[in-house]
Amino acid sequence: MIYQNSKPLLEVRELRATVNGIEILKGIDLTVRSGEVHAIMGTNGSGKSTFAKVLAGHAAYVVTGGTVAFKGKNLFELAPEERARAGVFLAFQYPIEIPGVANNQFLRLTYNTVQAQRGKDELDPLEFDDFVREKMKLLEMSPDFLDRSVNAGFSGGEKKRNEILQMALLEPLLAILDETDSGLDIDALRIVANGVNQLATKDNATILVTHYQRLLNYIVPDYVHVMESGRIIKTGGKQLALDLETHGYDWVSIEQRAAAGV
Amino acid sequence: MNVATASGYLESLLHGRLQLPASQLAWFNRLRADAVERVGAQRVPTTRNEEWRFTDISPLIKLPFQPVYAASNLQAAEVEHFYLDPAAPRLVFVDGVYAPQLSTQLLSPATDSNIMITNLSAAVSAHVMALEPHLGRHAEFHNNVFTALNTSFLHDGALIIVPRNVSVDMPVHLLFIATQKEAASYPRCLLIAESGSAVTVIEDHVALQEGVYATNVVAEIALADNARVNHIRVQRDSSQAFHIASCAVSLAQASCYRSTSITLGARISRYNLSVRLTGEGAECTVDGLTLIAERQLADTHTCIDHVKPYGISRQSHKCIVDGAAHAVFNGKIIVHPDAQHTDSTQSSRNLLLSGRAHIDTKPQLEIFADDVKCAHGATVGQLDSEEIFYLMSRGLSEMTARNLLTYAFGAEIIERIPIASLKHQLEQTVLERTQRN
Ligand SMILES: Nc1ncnc2c1ncn2[C@@H]1O[C@H](COP(=O)(O)OP(=O)(O)OP(=O)(O)O)[C@@H](O)[C@H]1O
Ligand SMILES: [Mg+2]
Repeated sequence: MIYQNSKPLLEVRELRATVNGIEILKGIDLTVRSGEVHAIMGTNGSGKSTFAKVLAGHAAYVVTGGTVAFKGKNLFELAPEERARAGVFLAFQYPIEIPGVANNQFLRLTYNTVQAQRGKDELDPLEFDDFVREKMKLLEMSPDFLDRSVNAGFSGGEKKRNEILQMALLEPLLAILDETDSGLDIDALRIVANGVNQLATKDNATILVTHYQRLLNYIVPDYVHVMESGRIIKTGGKQLALDLETHGYDWVSIEQRAAAGV
Repeated sequence: MNVATASGYLESLLHGRLQLPASQLAWFNRLRADAVERVGAQRVPTTRNEEWRFTDISPLIKLPFQPVYAASNLQAAEVEHFYLDPAAPRLVFVDGVYAPQLSTQLLSPATDSNIMITNLSAAVSAHVMALEPHLGRHAEFHNNVFTALNTSFLHDGALIIVPRNVSVDMPVHLLFIATQKEAASYPRCLLIAESGSAVTVIEDHVALQEGVYATNVVAEIALADNARVNHIRVQRDSSQAFHIASCAVSLAQASCYRSTSITLGARISRYNLSVRLTGEGAECTVDGLTLIAERQLADTHTCIDHVKPYGISRQSHKCIVDGAAHAVFNGKIIVHPDAQHTDSTQSSRNLLLSGRAHIDTKPQLEIFADDVKCAHGATVGQLDSEEIFYLMSRGLSEMTARNLLTYAFGAEIIERIPIASLKHQLEQTVLERTQRN
């Protein structure tokens, strides 16, 4: 939701990044203020996940230009774990499996780490167990997932729910959900969307990367951006997602080129 | 005597037999004599021997340690931290010598008075019929000089006989405690699981203190039809010790053998595990974890031999190698022409924690049947950078992430141990050895 006079949470200016020496992000500009929901759409390979991972601090992506400020401070001065503790959360498009690391142990460790950072109380295993089970109820997740290894053998949709569970535990200021809707059945989509909506406050913000207008019926964006070839080429309101659904991405590209006089 | 030569070494070891009590039983004496002869006919292997290519045991042949014959007066208070909790039937051997004062039966006579958990020499004359077909018959010594040596010194050991259709509800703890420096010990274990029986056995090698000594242990395990044996082996010898071990397992029809072998100790160790699926539909699970550091060398050679159809084998071996340590894994799977419908998987996964650590892993498949499923794979590497990033993206420091992943790598095997107190002890060991700060 757009609030009057809310502060910018994330300010991205002219961001450029490469992977393996290839430039993927070619000058991204984006401002996200607290309280807002932004959707980023765009063709496969346009750089959406790259953008998300650059924000999270993945070492394979090298920032070659531009700036990113998070709460007014240079994000790139923070290591990945410091970003997480400061309130940046990325729900991965492809959450990896970590065999051997028990999900409950992992969840408690990350929860307590972030709690400690915020000067709040850590929970012992028993307290945490009660706490996490409550959160899982909201996401209609079976407690059985606590005893399994992190994401190991989880179905695609189960992995996505586990990502949202982590988000619910960590209560980030800026949540970036990279195609969290892909692979979710209709019920799961509604459950996950409810979860995200419940977590939304006037102090935090969400960036949704998605291919489907459907998600945006559940989580209503304040802004919709279209990414192409490592740039945001168009920004609009929620109507833009509907227009894209009708006309396809070509329509934006053509319009874009016409405007540029190419 | 010049013991620096390999033959001089064997000769001087055999000298230790002079004090060995002779047995009343002709077959027992014959078995030992055969073994002595086989020691004479063989040499100490060198790295030119294919089976010992990666493991140089030449430091051992400089040390012709002699066995201890005197009974120990070790008191329970000194060793009870090695005991299982809750207490279990236990046979304790101190430097290879049976220690009745530390051993306990604990089985309620009501459950089954026929379960035999005892030291071998106490039972051997009374149970010739039961023992003769098994003792020295599974652990091949004609082409294995160390097994031949152990058999030459055959005198006492651990004996477990589980009668037909009896399930032993408590785990049996075989505890081998090393206390003396510069001593050799030749422990022996024989486990006979009669048809339909079930038992869990922990073979536990520990040291009271650091020191150089040599253990040469042989275990023989025979499973009759439908028997189930869970064999947990923990080698936590002194990091200066030598540990040479063989275990030969024979599986009759539809029997099931589970082995979890944890290697933590010894300067140089070698474990030969041979599992023969000699009956139809037999099944084995063979898991191993080697966790070594500094200048340790740990060599595990396994051979899973599918002789009859419909056998299943599952093997997972892991090594975590730190410092300048060296781990060796050689996993042979043989599928005989007769063993159609064999289903076998093997995985060898290895983690190097330092640039000087070293691993040699070699899966060896010899498949002579055509209708079989055999999958195997081996990996050697460092921790996965995507896994580390995932954990860091959730707020964990890189160090915490690495520690968690390293621990998890080892814990995956430890978790399969069904005895909570032992599992917890080993988890602590893995934790202590894998955590950096
Ligand atoms: N590690 C990498 N090595 C090489 N190329 C990469 C790497 N990561 C991303 N790329 C390339 O960067 C481009 C952008 O990828 P990215 O994953 O950001 O796209 P996306 O917009 O998220 O696409 P999708 O909608 O399919 O998820 C692609 O062409 C991809 O192949
Ligand atoms: Mg993507």
